[in-house]
Amino acid sequence: MAYAGEVPKPRFRPGMLIYDTRYRSLTIQLIVLVLFAFGLSWLINNVIVNLAAKDRTFDFGFLWNRAGYDINQTLIPYTNDSTHGRALFVGLVNTLVVAALGCFLATVLGVIIGVLRLSKNWLIGRLMTVYVEVFRNIPLLLWILLSFVILTETTPSPRDFRVTDEMIAAGQAPAARMFLNDSVAITNRGMNVPAPLFTRSLGTAGIGEFQISLNFLAIFAVIGASAIVNRRMVRRARALQEDTGVRPVTWWKSLLVLFVPVIALMLALGFHLEYPRMTRFNFSGGIEVLHSFTALLIALVLYTAAFIAEIVRAGILAIPRGQTEAAFALGLRPGRTMSLIILPQALRVIIPPLISQYLNLTKNTSLAIAVSYMDLRGTLGGVTLNQTGKELECMLLMMLIYLTISLMIASVMNIYNSSVRLKER
Amino acid sequence: MAESSHAFVRTAILPAQKPPLTEKGVIKWLRENLFSGWFNTILTLIGLWAIYSLIAAALPWWLNGVWNAGSLGECRAILAERAGPDASGACWAMVRDRWHQFMFGFYPQDQYWRPATAFGLLFAAIAPVLFSGQKGFQTCMLAGVAAFLAATFWLAQVPMLAVGLTTILMLVLLTLAQVRPAAVMWFTVIYPALAFFLLWGGSFWVPVAAMTGLLVLLVAYRLLLPRTGVGIAAGAGIGLALLWWAVLDAPVAAGLTWLAPIGLEPVASDRFGGFLLALTIGVTAISFSLPMGILLALGRQSDMVLIKTLSVGFIEFIRGVPLITLLFTASLLLQYFLPPNTNFDLILRVIILVTFFAAAYIAEVIRGGLAALPRGQYEAADALGLDYWSAQRLIIMPQALKIAIPGIVSTFIGLFKDTTLVAFVGLQDPLKGITQIVRADIAWKGIYWEPYIFVGAIFFVICFGMSRYSMYLEQKLKRDHR
Repeated sequence: MAYAGEVPKPRFRPGMLIYDTRYRSLTIQLIVLVLFAFGLSWLINNVIVNLAAKDRTFDFGFLWNRAGYDINQTLIPYTNDSTHGRALFVGLVNTLVVAALGCFLATVLGVIIGVLRLSKNWLIGRLMTVYVEVFRNIPLLLWILLSFVILTETTPSPRDFRVTDEMIAAGQAPAARMFLNDSVAITNRGMNVPAPLFTRSLGTAGIGEFQISLNFLAIFAVIGASAIVNRRMVRRARALQEDTGVRPVTWWKSLLVLFVPVIALMLALGFHLEYPRMTRFNFSGGIEVLHSFTALLIALVLYTAAFIAEIVRAGILAIPRGQTEAAFALGLRPGRTMSLIILPQALRVIIPPLISQYLNLTKNTSLAIAVSYMDLRGTLGGVTLNQTGKELECMLLMMLIYLTISLMIASVMNIYNSSVRLKER
Repeated sequence: MAESSHAFVRTAILPAQKPPLTEKGVIKWLRENLFSGWFNTILTLIGLWAIYSLIAAALPWWLNGVWNAGSLGECRAILAERAGPDASGACWAMVRDRWHQFMFGFYPQDQYWRPATAFGLLFAAIAPVLFSGQKGFQTCMLAGVAAFLAATFWLAQVPMLAVGLTTILMLVLLTLAQVRPAAVMWFTVIYPALAFFLLWGGSFWVPVAAMTGLLVLLVAYRLLLPRTGVGIAAGAGIGLALLWWAVLDAPVAAGLTWLAPIGLEPVASDRFGGFLLALTIGVTAISFSLPMGILLALGRQSDMVLIKTLSVGFIEFIRGVPLITLLFTASLLLQYFLPPNTNFDLILRVIILVTFFAAAYIAEVIRGGLAALPRGQYEAADALGLDYWSAQRLIIMPQALKIAIPGIVSTFIGLFKDTTLVAFVGLQDPLKGITQIVRADIAWKGIYWEPYIFVGAIFFVICFGMSRYSMYLEQKLKRDHR
């Protein structure tokens, strides 16, 4: 009598490496490993041979050499005597500024458009559909180029703003006017906006080369502290409401807590705006915002907002109609239904694709090349690469930095995603 | 009727009254859709104002458009004469003057019929893929292609031989579409070689020899399949094909060319530009990125650790860096990674990198489709005794791809839009490359709305068409009844 347990174990035969699914995966992986190792060593060998043929080395020493070129937008101190490494950081900061501002503005615009597209208003719904379809189906590069061309070629030149004595005598107005109560001037060179200044400045502090303005640090600290106090107050009000059913009036306390300390601090620091003023040939004073920056930002925001609008719309549509009806049955008003019932659920659907839109926007900032905005690709992958001829090092470093930024955004947003995820057993 | 204490009881039914004026027709619709509350009223008014200001700004400009002029200055002079000194107007004469550059770049003018024919035949090649099993649609599309080709031949000077061959080809295809629609697919298979021959020219035997490699692959696969598994048959087929391409391809092509020198005037890659370039890169990258993306997605789902790691690494790396850096890799770095003194075409290098880029995104989209499939489908396939590839082909992929269609098509749209970025490695894309050339010309200096509107409109039509097609496909493949 034969039992199942007595079945003799089949001996291993070489043929089983191909015909037995248990061993076949090993064979395949071995083949792939050999091919991969072969390919990799072939590539590395080619690199070594090519570098030797061009009499070049592979090292990152050039990052500590003098850069010798100017960057037109520097948010951290930089001169052309600084190193290539520092130019890299200037570029990185420029990239991150556009990316952060772009993500924020695109989210605001995208949510508004997505919600409006669902509105019962027929006209607005159609208009928003047209907006989304137009911006989604035309390359981003076109929007960047077009906004840049419009900003640089349709705006007046600085000398059109000049007012001479003869013109005053003749009662002539200058050819161009400034906007917003003479505080913003858009010329074909850039946009001049007022600069925040402090008469009793706290100075700067920093570690080594990196300097941070203490004024702004103090203001941010006060705003943060006010926000925390305000949140405590609201939480206490809510607890009181749940205990007694009566909600204490908090709105004026909130306003007081949120605004008075900041305003007091700014007064103490002597905060004032320095307006751009026309001198002989150009504007001086204030901050000059480059058109390349503005054009890139506008295009990125308009383009990405169309995608975010679709994501928001899909997220809201994904919530079953019954949820709205249940909220109405509980007696909630439409606004509270949206904020308490629909949006918290829709967010779970919205966040994952939103993350990939943020990633796309960040990667798309590299299109700054089209308008010569000095982002990471403009400094490290542009002038530095051309000056030093270190193509391999510059490109690899640049890819690594972009990869790091992408992975960081993805992981931060994934943490947020898991915090709003449905808590299931 | 019984007597009642009520003074009056109506006994006849009143005729139905008309609804109040505000509750019917246009007024009801307006009240419900445009003016249902103060907020909606404000929105409507803002919307109307926006539309009005857009039309007020754009319509005169559009209507005043000048179609016949040699330069922007001439355009403005005509405009001032026709509509007054302050009138604004479009200068479409630029499009009329330079449309061929937007379409073909610097392709030789007397050879324009070649890309045009390749473009027309492209639709004949994708008809069986787009509308599989629908004879009516296929025939319509083929007829459209025939009409387009006839117009091309009418407008351009085309060698009689090419006209004759193309006519025969179209007749065969139209007949096949009626008799055996599935056989039209064979044209899809040979189309890449045909398009290559038409676009780049050179000896006729080069693409023929390259296609022979594909034939070697197919024959080896078919012969080995009954005896071995899919994996070995495919591996051996690919190996033999590679062997053909590495060793025999060039001598055979050279020999045949020597024997029978048939060919077209060769056109170098750097003369490609405009939408010809965008479509060449876009179509090639789209058709190669889908299979590659499927393989990557399967690799990422695989149980084999090594294959999974490699797939994940590839996908995440490609998705983590901007396309521009990959394009610069194609133009600057590939010379380091290839053996010394290898120098192959920049367009080809760009196509390869763009394909990799799109494949990584497609892989993620398909992974989503695979993840959305219920586990039971895999188990059912196993229970039927299907091996891995049969299960993928018959059970898993048809469903996963169906789920992934919207994502795949939007990746394709993104890819096609991204072909404009090749301008940064020195290729003449329609948006930046050609527009810059036109705007740098002394005659058209200072023109900006017209080229961007022209190029943007073409991109819009193509991308919008793709997204509508994906909606049609979703409807067609819908199997659940909800």
